[in-house]
Amino acid sequence: MKKLLLSAAVLTAMVASSAVYAGTTLDAVKKNGAVKCGINTPFPGFANQDEKGNWSGLDIDVCRAVAAAVFGDATKVKFTSLTAKERFTALQSGEVDLLSRNSTGTLGRDTGMGLTFIGANYYDGQGFMVKNSLNVKSAKELDGASVCIQSGTTTELNLADYFRANNMKFEPITYEKLDEVTKAFDEGRCDVLTSDQSQLYSNRITLKDPASATVLPEVISKEPLGPFVRQGDDEWMKIVRWSYYAMVEAEDLGITSANIDEKAKGTDPNIKRFLGLEEGGDANLPLDKKWAYNIVKQVGNYAESFERSVGEGSPLKIKRGLNALWKDGGLQYSPPFR
Amino acid sequence: MTDPNLSATPQTLSTVPSKPSFWNDPQKRALVFQVLLVIGIGILLWFIFSNTLHNLEKRGIRTGFDFLSRPAGFGISQTLIPYTEASTFGRTFFVGLLNTLLVAGLGIIFATILGFAVGIARLSTNWLISRIALVFIETIRNIPPLLQILFWYRAILPLLPGPKDSMSLAELFYLHKRGLTIPAPLTEPAFVWTLWAVLGALVLAFLIARWAKYRRESTGQQFPVFWTVLVVIIGLPTLVFFLTGSPLNWDIPALRGFNFQGGLTVIPELTALLLALSIYTAAFIAEIVRSGIQSVYKGQTEAASALGLRPNRTLQLVVIPQAMRVIIPQLTSQYLNLTKNTSLGVAIGYPDLVNVFAGTTLNQTGQAVEIIFMTMLVYLVISLVISMFMNWYNKRMALVER
Amino acid sequence: MVAYVNTETLPSLPPPKGLQGPAAWMRQNLFSNWINGTITVVLVIGILAALIPFVNWAFIKADWVGTSRDDCTSGGACWVFVYVHFKLFMLGLYPEAETWRALLVGGILVLTLAGLMIKGVPLKKYIQIFALFFFPIVAYVLLSGGYFGLPHVETNFWGGLLLTLVIAIVGIVAAFPLGILLALGRRSSMPIVKAICVVFIEVWRGVPLITVLFMSSVMLPLFLPEGMEIDKLLRALVGITLFQAAYLAEVVRSGLQAIPKGQTEAANALGLTYWQGMYKVILPQALKIVIPGIVNSFIALFKDTSLVLIIGLFDLLATIQGAFSNPKWLGYAIEGYLFAALVYWIFCFGMSRYSQHVERSLKTTH
Repeated sequence: MKKLLLSAAVLTAMVASSAVYAGTTLDAVKKNGAVKCGINTPFPGFANQDEKGNWSGLDIDVCRAVAAAVFGDATKVKFTSLTAKERFTALQSGEVDLLSRNSTGTLGRDTGMGLTFIGANYYDGQGFMVKNSLNVKSAKELDGASVCIQSGTTTELNLADYFRANNMKFEPITYEKLDEVTKAFDEGRCDVLTSDQSQLYSNRITLKDPASATVLPEVISKEPLGPFVRQGDDEWMKIVRWSYYAMVEAEDLGITSANIDEKAKGTDPNIKRFLGLEEGGDANLPLDKKWAYNIVKQVGNYAESFERSVGEGSPLKIKRGLNALWKDGGLQYSPPFR
Repeated sequence: MTDPNLSATPQTLSTVPSKPSFWNDPQKRALVFQVLLVIGIGILLWFIFSNTLHNLEKRGIRTGFDFLSRPAGFGISQTLIPYTEASTFGRTFFVGLLNTLLVAGLGIIFATILGFAVGIARLSTNWLISRIALVFIETIRNIPPLLQILFWYRAILPLLPGPKDSMSLAELFYLHKRGLTIPAPLTEPAFVWTLWAVLGALVLAFLIARWAKYRRESTGQQFPVFWTVLVVIIGLPTLVFFLTGSPLNWDIPALRGFNFQGGLTVIPELTALLLALSIYTAAFIAEIVRSGIQSVYKGQTEAASALGLRPNRTLQLVVIPQAMRVIIPQLTSQYLNLTKNTSLGVAIGYPDLVNVFAGTTLNQTGQAVEIIFMTMLVYLVISLVISMFMNWYNKRMALVER
Repeated sequence: MVAYVNTETLPSLPPPKGLQGPAAWMRQNLFSNWINGTITVVLVIGILAALIPFVNWAFIKADWVGTSRDDCTSGGACWVFVYVHFKLFMLGLYPEAETWRALLVGGILVLTLAGLMIKGVPLKKYIQIFALFFFPIVAYVLLSGGYFGLPHVETNFWGGLLLTLVIAIVGIVAAFPLGILLALGRRSSMPIVKAICVVFIEVWRGVPLITVLFMSSVMLPLFLPEGMEIDKLLRALVGITLFQAAYLAEVVRSGLQAIPKGQTEAANALGLTYWQGMYKVILPQALKIVIPGIVNSFIALFKDTSLVLIIGLFDLLATIQGAFSNPKWLGYAIEGYLFAALVYWIFCFGMSRYSQHVERSLKTTH
């Protein structure tokens, strides 16, 4: 009797919470009514959470853009906060459909873990942050230092390589979560905090006294940060990839969420094609024709997203730098929409 | 449906016991039930196994234990065996395991000492002492150990000064945010003789104790075992040490650059974990000790004093041996709990097995199944070994009963 | 002759001086000899030296209410931190408009527990059935919503003490039937059933909960068929339930062992089947004996729920840590941890008192 009740309870619980998808990720997403997006634990600029639990930030905007493309509604996203340890397993297991959690694309991850790297929505490099009181001007002076790092990241490996290459010693202090790393640095458990430069700036504003620490000039690695999807579903991969490109292309074409309706009335064939207003040459994606319009209208173009999340409109005040458009000397570049 | 009782024929009333139908024979029924259960569990396991294989293959996740021989490439803050970034993932397993065993071993020692002290204090005739012990026990064991670990690590240890203005004792010992730095022993080759002397002294002490017991049981004469053994254990190695020309130097720590160079630094993660776990477990041990001692009937103590034993001899010869029989099994489970609780070190970044191997190594390789399996196996083996040892000890204690 | 005999009883005299009253009590318990006396004096000084600054910091010089850290001006403890975040600590990010649902569940819980624990409440059997079978459903429907026009609240908005209680209660209620089955299996005469149960129990008891949580959060999805997935909270609950079932099984087994064999034989003699005998004769007696044991393992589970912060769920401890990591509130770790400790302590101490009370009341009936 009890056995029966128990198994019945377990079964109902499983059925109630499972969404069995027969085929593609897109079908599953549509059935769910939301894009399940894996994001960081709260991390200023990239994944901010307000007191009500609402999310915003550069990585969040990728999730929202995909939702806008699929549903025509940027709010149809279900966010799941993931630690560095959980992130790839969560994506592999189908717990999330998309991982937008400032993760570095590497050969190993792209080929050995059943994942596909979409492209870099933020080009970054690993750097060091030190307390001003130490009077360190260059990373080469860091021999013998205690270094705080987040465990399970490429950062951890780069750090070891860098110190080994320069014949220096260090004491690694590792933590699972980013705020633990920052806190340990703030409290003096270590001399140096190493991470991607974007994270360093973002960590710095959460220090007790942000002016007490400096980011050193050295950049010791390439860190192209961007979204990942599961390997083996090309349709979904293309939806995510082109959702991101749409934001970049919109900036390229000068379309913003504010002027989009005005631009749509214009005559530029590139813009008309981009917004799905002109026949021919457009995408063969299983989406609404106005998917790109929806993204720009509801989320904004790449520049808007960047400025309000990490740029001048945010406390981080990060310059565009590598993340400027190709025509401004940066690396952000979208293939043509035709 | 006809009622079987009504259709009963005279045959069934004969004195020969009837053969029960298949379904009513308990033995056969048990057999069928067990076969069904095995099939059921087999199907469940096969279901899990095939799903896992399918999922792993579909997601292109590597399988197998090849990763153990690949270079790890990350650093670890506390290593008891030589380890560099070029060492293998397999080595990270042993580094983590040794760090776990270090905390478990030290924690068991500290928790036992503190626990016995508090447990005896709880029985003190001094009202104040016993109340303080009670408050300690009731406060500590009702607060989650994880909270205690975090409290020490996040709230208390950061109050210490930084390495540059650390508290120092005689310029030898330094206490600061990044740990406790103490002089480290540097041994010369001849030091090995001192180690042999320690071993020899232990053997000698054991023989003396055996002989003294034999003599006491045959002649009834007492021999001051404790003091003799103490002299042997301390004296012999010291003598050898000086005879071989004091082959030991000290590596005195000094502040150079960012940190102390030289010496031995006990990292704050270890300190916090050890403090919290020792105190937490001690509260439980104290209760065990109290109930153990109280389980010895008062008549035993009275009988001992009637025989003319002094109070401390009564405790040593009458009360403790009997109390131990109650205490040991419960103590075992506390030691096991402490060992399992060392895994909480992951929350403060102590490089134990769960943090290093089931944490960083899992992250860098992505092979969750193999790594979690290995980690659980380690804890299972530790549990089994400790409980086997304690069972053996228990049996020995129980034999004393006549 | 007669004159020497008292005709009435003399009034009883007070005990000799020095054996009664506070002074005598102190002499006996605090100053029985000079060593004890010295220890007492040293301890009193020590306690005062530690307690006075603490009381001063925590109560006298503390700030209690306000809206931001600027209201903490007096240099003592800043309880404003707890005051401002109180709702967050209790309910996590549970939506403001739906708070009444969580409070209602809490109210029902308190009433049910009171009904179960207080002696002499009528219809106890029905309350027990309600607590075991219907309360979880009612609580789930109310908290999660999605039925009867209640807006759906995702489990990642559940947090704080609410989440801690959900995990602890689900853990114990769901583990209970499984634990009983395992305990019966371990005492079964069927060798295979016994072996399976022993292995199951010893494996779960031999590993730390954190590896179980890692397994359920990282590996459970791999065990399930493709496309089937479970919520993050539910995964943790599955792990905790299996873990807890193994511990409960041992508690129940100790109760079964205490029931004399004659009871089973009597049940058999009456013609009861195994399950009837268990249900009607053995288990009611065995479970009654192990109530203190069950409460104790519930206390252990309640403390263990704090581990879910390691796998990224926001229980009481995690919400408090999150709050003092916020740049606006940096530096109030001690206040935060003390508050967390107080909440855990109240629950655990209360339950342990209850279990001792039951233990005592059971003893008298024997």
